[in-house]
Amino acid sequence: MNALILSAVLGVIMMFSSFLLKQKPAVRAVAISGIVLVLLVNLLEMTSQPFLTVDTRGLLVFDHFALVFNTVIFAAVLLYFLLSAPDMEKVGGSYAEYFALIFFILCGVTLVTSFTSLLTLFLGIEIISIPLYILTGSDKRNLKSNEAALKYFLMGSFSTGLMLMGIALLYGAWGTFSTEAPALLASMPPVLVVAGMSLVFFAMAFKVSAAPFHFWTPDVYDGAPTVFTSFMATVVKGAVFAGFIRLFDHAFGAQQPQWQFWVAVITVVTLFVGNITAVFQQSVKRMLAYSSIAQAGFMLFALYAMNAAGKEGILLYTAAYSFASIGIFAVLARMNDYTFDGFNGLARTAPLVAGALTVFLLSLAGIPLTAGFIAKFYMLKAALTTPGSTWLVIFAVLMAAVSVYYYFRVIRAMYFREPGESPAPVFPGFFKWTLALLALLVILLGVFPELLLGRLYF
Amino acid sequence: MPINYYILLSLALFTIGIVGVLTRRNAIIIFMCIELMLNAVNLLLVAFSKMHLNAAILANDAASTAGTDGQLFVFFIMVVAAAEVSVGLAIIVMMYRNIHSVDVNFLNRLKH
Repeated sequence: MNALILSAVLGVIMMFSSFLLKQKPAVRAVAISGIVLVLLVNLLEMTSQPFLTVDTRGLLVFDHFALVFNTVIFAAVLLYFLLSAPDMEKVGGSYAEYFALIFFILCGVTLVTSFTSLLTLFLGIEIISIPLYILTGSDKRNLKSNEAALKYFLMGSFSTGLMLMGIALLYGAWGTFSTEAPALLASMPPVLVVAGMSLVFFAMAFKVSAAPFHFWTPDVYDGAPTVFTSFMATVVKGAVFAGFIRLFDHAFGAQQPQWQFWVAVITVVTLFVGNITAVFQQSVKRMLAYSSIAQAGFMLFALYAMNAAGKEGILLYTAAYSFASIGIFAVLARMNDYTFDGFNGLARTAPLVAGALTVFLLSLAGIPLTAGFIAKFYMLKAALTTPGSTWLVIFAVLMAAVSVYYYFRVIRAMYFREPGESPAPVFPGFFKWTLALLALLVILLGVFPELLLGRLYF
Repeated sequence: MPINYYILLSLALFTIGIVGVLTRRNAIIIFMCIELMLNAVNLLLVAFSKMHLNAAILANDAASTAGTDGQLFVFFIMVVAAAEVSVGLAIIVMMYRNIHSVDVNFLNRLKH
């Protein structure tokens, strides 16, 4: 709760700092110290020493899972600010406002990870989405950014409409918006719950870009400024997944036999479409967009299994995927050429950056000793507790093998190709060492996942 | 009046909205259709809210507050819709400045 209030206040502070602070480094310093503060406040709340206790009237519950998940999200945003904040200057003139919007998104993220009412879920999703439409279109002169924003906006509000219809039908059937063990009213037909649940399911699948609702993802991720694609594909996606799982765990846990099969179908389609299409991409940015669809397929396993191992898995997966992707996108934002050839010979010109990038790519592909491997392992372990899901796990492993191909294309370009004629990208010292630290973190989480998972059961 | 009439009316409005979003090419009209979907939901929420209140009164609970949260939700939807309108129209205007058209067929350019 404290982190929610603080990030809302920080959003306002950032808006004021746009005309109070003239220097961009000063704005950046305020934003970074702000996110550090949010992280600290959240850690204090996690150790049961909150500054404020607020009666949320059963609309929000900050349980361990929500608090630990928020910590991962805030840590990811801190690393994102450290690595990518200087690149936001290139997007447009409203430097401080971008940070303000990101802090407002963090408010939505806290709502989505801790809601206990469909009202707060809806508000959280919208507080995340509306600033994201703006960030997508923030490169005002760039036609691709404009198109991405319009497309994202139209598709996003359409799916919001579907979700609201689902919520209204569920309200009719339950007589309440609470997601804590709601029961069907005796006078209402069960078809209302089924229809409402399906509509909410479609809308959430759309927001996490699970196939066949993924069609907007490549265009929007490709068109948005790279720094903001990084934020969208990691922090936001992880948070919406947490909300998705929380909703189906609390509100629809009783109907699991009915929806489990459909989740399995969506998982298979998502893994297949994401991985196979990523193989044929020529631009690294677009490849990462498809890879984020493929990773969403793995994250859907937590929804499919819906048990303790799955929840541990989604936490670890969000951390592993966010940290690795933030690193890759941060390097990508500094490249002059977004094709695979743009990475040619990077190991020669910037060995440290290339090394860190290799760790991130290995983590995304799920190679042992990285966080990505142990996260995928937890997901598959969670799925195997459901009888009859061996075929699903085998399929997922095959698709992970396919993903090795397109991730290793980048590594091959960096290490086994000669540098091109174009000038090599420059990386400042601070950037390089933060990237190395991030790579170390990815390996550390892969070797000792208890460092994070142990927090769930303090 | 039976609740079924309200459900049918709001589902009809909602379907008109969906069909409009899927078939129209003008960004502003698509946007209006999305607003129609949201308002269909508002109507349904108010109808359900009244229905839950009536059910509570029938069960001899005259001081019941059942159904108030449904009407509350409507206000939140209105606020969010207003925020969406301001951002959405800004995006459409930005688009119009660059290409002098609000036709969404243009969006296919991203799929090179």
